[in-house]
Amino acid sequence: MQIAARRLDQATIFDITGHIDLANSPELRKTLLKELRENKTPRVILNLTGVRYIDSSGVASLVEGLKAAKDQGLRFILYGLSPAAREVLQLSRLIKIFEVFDDEQQALA
Amino acid sequence: MQKPGLLLDVVLVSDPHLLSVVRAAVERLTELSGFSPPECRSITRAVDEAVANVIRHAYGGQPNKRINLSCRRISCTVKGQHREGLEIQLLDNGLPFDRKKLTARSLDEVKPGGLGLHFMRDSMDVMEHRRVGRQNQLRLVKYIDVNAAGQDSQGE
Repeated sequence: MQIAARRLDQATIFDITGHIDLANSPELRKTLLKELRENKTPRVILNLTGVRYIDSSGVASLVEGLKAAKDQGLRFILYGLSPAAREVLQLSRLIKIFEVFDDEQQALA
Repeated sequence: MQKPGLLLDVVLVSDPHLLSVVRAAVERLTELSGFSPPECRSITRAVDEAVANVIRHAYGGQPNKRINLSCRRISCTVKGQHREGLEIQLLDNGLPFDRKKLTARSLDEVKPGGLGLHFMRDSMDVMEHRRVGRQNQLRLVKYIDVNAAGQDSQGE
């Protein structure tokens, strides 16, 4: 998994690529919580276009990110879900709790 | 003696970085076994979650313990019907399963964690845990759905 950050005026976009699993989900969790709790970026957006696989620990990291965002009154947005990523969020019935968009333009609107 | 129908028999260490290797092997094996693409993803996810559980819970995150993963083709009768499928067995010498944790949490709860078991149960037709001596044994079975094989609902 690789994470690259793009900082805009009121938002940070994390471009995530590769597989999110037990080996790297702690890194994702740490990155998200730092952005939300320390930087308090109003809108944190995850570009998941390049994510081919997410396991349950990855989903847990996303849920923690969402909870941290809600605690701070910030927005936490996902876009570009691959079929595999969408499948996992649907299977866990968590897709409904996230703001999910098809592309970056929608996520920033 | 080699088990009948054996397709894969490997020992790996309990390092989370090897999960991607397990996924690659299992996904290819499921493709070769005739499962549909959604089933291949689903079985791969179940095995990935099972190995991750061994690493996290049985071995408490220690990265140098042994895990045996084997896969074999099976042919049997289920409810009077002949079925063919894939049996996956995981063996480890870690801590015994915590029976209390074997119940997947309710999906109505929005909280991190506890989803792995749900993914495994949802994906597989059979999921059996046993403790034999000092060994944990997990057996997962997925039967081939002759009507679904070769289809891809995701269009990949």
